[in-house]
Formats: sequence, C-alpha cells, structure tokens
Amino acid sequence: MTTVANRLPREFRPSRVHTGFDVEKVRRDFPILAQRVRGKKLVYLDNAATSQKPQVVIDAISRYYEEGNANIHRGVHYLSEHATEEHEAARKTVQNFVNAAQAHEIIFVRGATEGINLVAQTYGRAHVNAGDEVLITAMEHHSNIVPWQILGEEKGARLRVAPINDRGELLLDEFEKLLNPRTRMVGVTHVSNALGTVNPISRIVQLAHGHNIPVLVDGAQAVPHTQVDVQALDVDFYVFSGHKVYAPTGIGVLYGKTALLEAMPPYQGGGDMISSVTFEKTSYNKLPYKFEAGTPHVAGAIGLGTAIEYLNGLGIANMAAFEHEVLEYATEAISAVPGIRLIGTAAQKAGVLSFVLEGIHPHDVGTILDQEGIAIRTGHHCAQPLMQRFGIPATARASFALYNTKEEADALVAGIQKVREVFA
Amino acid sequence: MSDLRELYQDVILEHSKAPRNYRELPLANHKAEGYNPLCGDHFTLYVDLDGDRVRDISFQGSGCAISKASASMLTQMVKGKTKAEAQELFDKFLQLVKGEGNGNQAELGKLAVFSGVCEFPVRVKCATLVWHTLRAALEGKQQAVSTE
Ligand SMILES: Cc1ncc(COP(=O)(O)O)c(C=O)c1O
Repeated sequence: MTTVANRLPREFRPSRVHTGFDVEKVRRDFPILAQRVRGKKLVYLDNAATSQKPQVVIDAISRYYEEGNANIHRGVHYLSEHATEEHEAARKTVQNFVNAAQAHEIIFVRGATEGINLVAQTYGRAHVNAGDEVLITAMEHHSNIVPWQILGEEKGARLRVAPINDRGELLLDEFEKLLNPRTRMVGVTHVSNALGTVNPISRIVQLAHGHNIPVLVDGAQAVPHTQVDVQALDVDFYVFSGHKVYAPTGIGVLYGKTALLEAMPPYQGGGDMISSVTFEKTSYNKLPYKFEAGTPHVAGAIGLGTAIEYLNGLGIANMAAFEHEVLEYATEAISAVPGIRLIGTAAQKAGVLSFVLEGIHPHDVGTILDQEGIAIRTGHHCAQPLMQRFGIPATARASFALYNTKEEADALVAGIQKVREVFA
Repeated sequence: MSDLRELYQDVILEHSKAPRNYRELPLANHKAEGYNPLCGDHFTLYVDLDGDRVRDISFQGSGCAISKASASMLTQMVKGKTKAEAQELFDKFLQLVKGEGNGNQAELGKLAVFSGVCEFPVRVKCATLVWHTLRAALEGKQQAVSTE
C-alpha cells in the first residue's frame, strides 16, 4: 500500500468561513485590476507567475525613492541611517511573518531561485560529495532541480526523485524508501506551481530528520496562500519570492536555521559581507550580512515588508478561507466543461487550476482566452519532468490570488466554451 | 472575435485536425527535429531529396493548431520544389507572418491563410517552427532546431 498525504496540513486547513473578507474592496487596492485589455475587463489568472501589487506597496516604493533613498549600513548621515532602519524593519516583518526564531535567519535574496542556488552552492558544496544523493520530488520547479544537478555534476553526486501518483500527490512511502545513508539533502516544494498540490511538509521533515537529513522547502507558491510557520514545520531552509506575494520583483527570502547558516561558507564576496579585509585574509560579517554581499534591493525589501503588513491587515486565515472557496468553485465549474481534463487533482490544493482540453493545444487555449481579456499561463510551467510524468507537452494554468472572484471563475469557464466554439 | 477568426481560419483548423503527410518516411534521406521549448511543440520532418528536388516529404509530432497546420501545409507546398524554391517560399512566408511583406500573397498560394498570424506576435514562432526545421533538414544539420 502506498500512502498519500490525505490530511490537510494544519497550516492549510481553512477556517470554515471567512468573516468579512470584502473582495470588491480588496480589488480596489490593486490599481492594475481596473484595467481593460483588448477591450475587455482584465481577468488576471496568472498569479502563480507573478501577483499584482496593491497601491500601498507601490506607494511605499515611490516614497522610498522620493524621500528615503540612500545606501545602507555605510553612511553616518540621516538618510542612510533611516534607510538602514527601514530595511532592517522589513527583515523583522518577514521574521514575524514566517515565525523565524531570529531576524538574522532571514536572508534577503533575489527570489526563490537565488535562495535555492545559495543553499546548493554553500551548504551543498560543503556537505555533498562523490556518491552522495540529493532527494527531490517529481513535482519540483526547475529552480529546485537544476541547482542540485549543477552541484551533482561538480561533485559526482546523484539526484534522486520521489514519485507522485496520478492525482499529483507525493508517494510518501516511496519518498521514505529513497532516504538512505548517502542522502545529504532533501529539497521539496511546499505547493506545486504546476499542479497546486500541497505537500505534507511536517511529515516530510519528520522522515528526513529521522535520518539526520536537512530539508529545504521551496515556498514560492505556498507563502501567497497560507500562514507559514518555519519553526512549527521544523524546516531547515525555506525560500520564497516577494513578487508572488504582492511585493516587487527582485526581492525574496531565504530562511535558514542559525546553526546551519553559521556553519555555511559565504555565497558571494564583496561589500557588506565582511567584517575586515586585508589582502592576506578576510573575516566575514555576522548573519545575515555574511550572505548579503553588495548593495541590496532596499526598495524591494521595504516593498516586501509593506506587502506582508497589507496581508496581515486582511488576516491571512481569512484570506486563505476565501481563496479556498473560490478555487473549489472554479474547480467544480471547469470540471463541467466537456473534454476538460484537470492536471493535478490532489486532495489538498492551493491556488492552481491546471487543465488540458481534448484535441486543443494549451497554447491555442491561451491565445483565445487572451482575446477575452483573460490572462492565464500555458506551457510546461518550468516543470518539464512533471509534464512528462503526465504524458502531456503542456497545460493551461489558471492561478488564483486573493483578489480573484467567483465571477472571474465564471468568465474563465465562458472563455473556455468560446475556445471550444472556435475549434468546433 | 474578428482577429481570432483571422488567425484560426477554417483551412488552418482543418489542417490541424487532419494533417496531411502525417507519417514517417522510411525512404527519407534527410530528417530534422524542431522544438519550441516554451510551449512544448515538437516535430520531426522527413525529406526524401532527389538531387536538389524534394521528391517526398512528411512530418510527425505534436503542437498547437498553428504549428501543426503550418507543418501540414508546408509538406504540401514544398513537395516537388527545389531547395532554392523552398527557401524562397520560406522567405516570403516569414515576411507574411511578420507582417513585413509587400502585400503580394499570390506567390504564397494557400499559405496566405497564415496572414492573421502577424496580429499575434507571440505566435510567429509557432507558424515558422517547421520551416526552420525544413531548412535544417535540407542543410543536413544534426542538431535539433529550437525556437529559443
Ligand atoms: C514552485 C516555484 N519555485 C520556484 C520558483 C522560482 O521563483 P523565482 O523565479 O521568483 O525565483 C517559482 C516561480 O516560478 C515557483 O513557482
């Protein structure tokens, strides 16, 4: 018997009802949503690629450049001091958001991709040797595959892949069997960007820790939809991208446990990451600065802090319950369309509705929906091995955010009907 | 809807549903593969070249309606033509789908149905993938052709 994760991980269990989540009011916070595209009302359902930004985030970034711009950690002057404070306040906000034990466990990076590469190139290079293994799952984004392959090529290490079932759920028994004395690292996505599957992270971490193997979790698609508690999950590393959670591009987060981060060599060398430099020897700065070489994306960090405060204001549990309701509604509505096959039908899902239409290529679906003002993504979603697993070249993917409504789900279904008419 | 109808003309839909010359060609002396990594389109083109002339041509693979219809019609149009004639047709076809032509579609024959593609810049690659693949096949290139 193969067990699948059929209980909703605690952090994703929606409260039964959302109280006072006023989606129309929320929509007014996002100026871009009022736009018309191709003469139609914009229906933005490409949130897994990137989310739109609320006015408060846009304003925070403008205000920084209008009133607060300075380099940080370096100046004795007023503006520099103030910019440094704001940057570090954003770090505190992220710390509280994911419930990290310490602010210095929050490393600002460019995004999930850079976070994973950082871990592979520092922790990975220090601990993975010839004959060792890194274990991932069949539903990883290329960003949680390729960095480990690069490391494996350099070190002569092997990438192992835990399989999934036809619903797109991780086979935990198979995963467990793949853990062995050569496994040095587990890398797993919290939520699949192509399927929407929510993985049972606590259980995965328990199993890996049973073998003393650290776990890196790719939270790029989880953080926008749920409250993450890195201490409760007991993950060793957790990464996410700001731009998928209503913040700007170019800013993201690597969380790591202090002891691991302390022991890791630096990633990039340069300014800010040192405590003293001579031509003979350099000693590195303390956490988190050891991993933040060069002038960081100050405006991005401030934007991320503001986005998180915005979410906190709405209530994340409230938001998650509302999103869950819309996704269920959309799933049901789309399932009624003749010729639809949903790709990713896990018991526990968040944010994503991936599908194929019989006899019609996803690319054609995307073009026709676009003419209706509906933005979706078509293609392999940076998960080519996953597409191979399902025997398809691509899917059409509608992905939802906190501002998407049931009416928009209806518009999607009407758009798909139009696709069928064109191809009738 | 009018732009959409321009793109998905009946002839194109019909070819995508029932592609012509959709088979392997056991006697092919030239062969090439074409990929569009962004959308997963993947075609193999088989060419039986008699000296300088295309004696027979066929294809297999999967892709969107535009790329499949383009492949299907390419095989019809190129059969019997010389390499140079095929290249000339490709040049004209490229101008058409990029909207750069002189408006003279007569030489293109039924390929003129692809004129709607120029309104959809991201779909130009779909229409031209198999043409790039043809060029690779005729040049005897070993490496697969990619749109990226
Ligand atoms: C699951 C997952 N991991 C990682 C990434 C990479 O994120 P980014 O491109 O922001 O670094 C993405 C985004 O596409 C994703 O969906």
